[in-house]
Amino acid sequence: MGVFNSPVARHAFANSLEISARTAIVGAILGGLFAWAIVTGKPGGVFYKISVALSSVLAQFGGVMLTFAFLATFGFNGLVSTLALKFLPNTFLADSTWLYGMTGLSVLYTFFQIPLMVLVFLPTLENLKPQWREASDALGGRAYEYWLRIGIPILTPSFAGAALLLFVNSFSAYATANTLINLSDFLTPLEIATALTSETGGSNPAEAKSLSLYMVVVVVIVMGLYAMLRRKVSKWEQKR
Amino acid sequence: MKQSLGVRLWRWTIIFVVALYLLVPLYAMFDFSTKPFGFADKGRTFRAWTMIASQPDLIPAISRSLITAAIVMALILFLIVPTAIWVHLKLPALRRPFELLCLLPLAIPAIVIVVGIAPLYRWISINLSESPITLAGVYSMLILPYTYRSLSAALDAVDIHTLAEAATTLGATITRVIFGIIMPTIKTGIVNGSFIAIALVLGEYTISNILNFKTFQVVIAQIGRTNGNVAVAVSLASLLFVIFLLLIIPTKKRQGAVLDVDIA
Repeated sequence: MGVFNSPVARHAFANSLEISARTAIVGAILGGLFAWAIVTGKPGGVFYKISVALSSVLAQFGGVMLTFAFLATFGFNGLVSTLALKFLPNTFLADSTWLYGMTGLSVLYTFFQIPLMVLVFLPTLENLKPQWREASDALGGRAYEYWLRIGIPILTPSFAGAALLLFVNSFSAYATANTLINLSDFLTPLEIATALTSETGGSNPAEAKSLSLYMVVVVVIVMGLYAMLRRKVSKWEQKR
Repeated sequence: MKQSLGVRLWRWTIIFVVALYLLVPLYAMFDFSTKPFGFADKGRTFRAWTMIASQPDLIPAISRSLITAAIVMALILFLIVPTAIWVHLKLPALRRPFELLCLLPLAIPAIVIVVGIAPLYRWISINLSESPITLAGVYSMLILPYTYRSLSAALDAVDIHTLAEAATTLGATITRVIFGIIMPTIKTGIVNGSFIAIALVLGEYTISNILNFKTFQVVIAQIGRTNGNVAVAVSLASLLFVIFLLLIIPTKKRQGAVLDVDIA
């Protein structure tokens, strides 16, 4: 259990937590807004169907293929970096080194977080009753007042719950990071993999096991919070 | 309801930004895979696409993945489906624990599962077989959350108790009730589960990479180290294949069944 005395392990763990928190928040906001854009459209229309179908595919699109997609976009000789080299040569887009660090990894993770958020959050938004909006309007409430006093308070528990799911989702992710950044001590999952497989004498199953235990502890805490939030949500859903 | 200008403006801005985020990388894959590489090419070329078939390891990996998916489907059909029916029919008290058990693989990080299962697979590859097809065992566990969800939804939709009672009064054995009466009525749920099995087996990387098995994703990553254009072409092709699979799934409640993650 002493692995956490090593600064390397602590750093990787902090990185893991940071990237999960960051991509969960950004993914939840962008995905939540996109889910709102979907429900404000025609229910059951073409846009609705395409968005939902595409989301359910892209939410699972982590890993090797996602890395290649972003290398083809922002990597050396990629679509955007080539264009940037031509038109915006002094911006960060022209130099693809940013892709191989925390920023790049966050951008990749957010790619599969957004669709997951859409899938998880869409049912909640569809449950918002139009009558509430009508009541607020009839009583003279303005649009921002509706969102501030009714919409956001009602949605907050499910939004937070969904964000927690996203957190666990990127906390567990390994494939994307492994194919993009081949540094064994960057994130805890990468560190576990190295401890488990290294053939150059660094193999240390005990270390892999204790690091895994720490990951499980984080997941259990987050899932416990999620269960509490769910209870709140289902209480509210019964009251409707 | 007529939408105000502000709402419409917001809506289209959001749609534009998110669509740009999600679609540009996909288009970039196509762009990259048709880029000229080597000296022989001038302008756009589909050479990367035609080279897919001649990649070493790739075709065997795909066929092995399909065999693995078939085994996973067989395990679902003959082990998980009867168990789910049995629990729903005879052991209602076990429903909640069974459900929680099935959802565990979703909560536990794949990398942690590997740590736990690595000694077992070391034993398997020494004593039984070194083939990646043995991964069917751990895959059928990974897929539990998804299959259980779609099965449970399908089982709740029909009145299986009445069906089972009617069949039993007419002299059917319990095997016949499960395989002959109830299974046909939840066909959609089973088919959904099978499609997810294929998508999961084709997309899995973490476990097979760490356990040193050459599965589809591992081979793609390996191709990427020597020829980026071909690797991008293969990735795009398999993504399109998965989209195609999901589109032909019978759509009743697909989204809810696949991703209604509820671990409360």
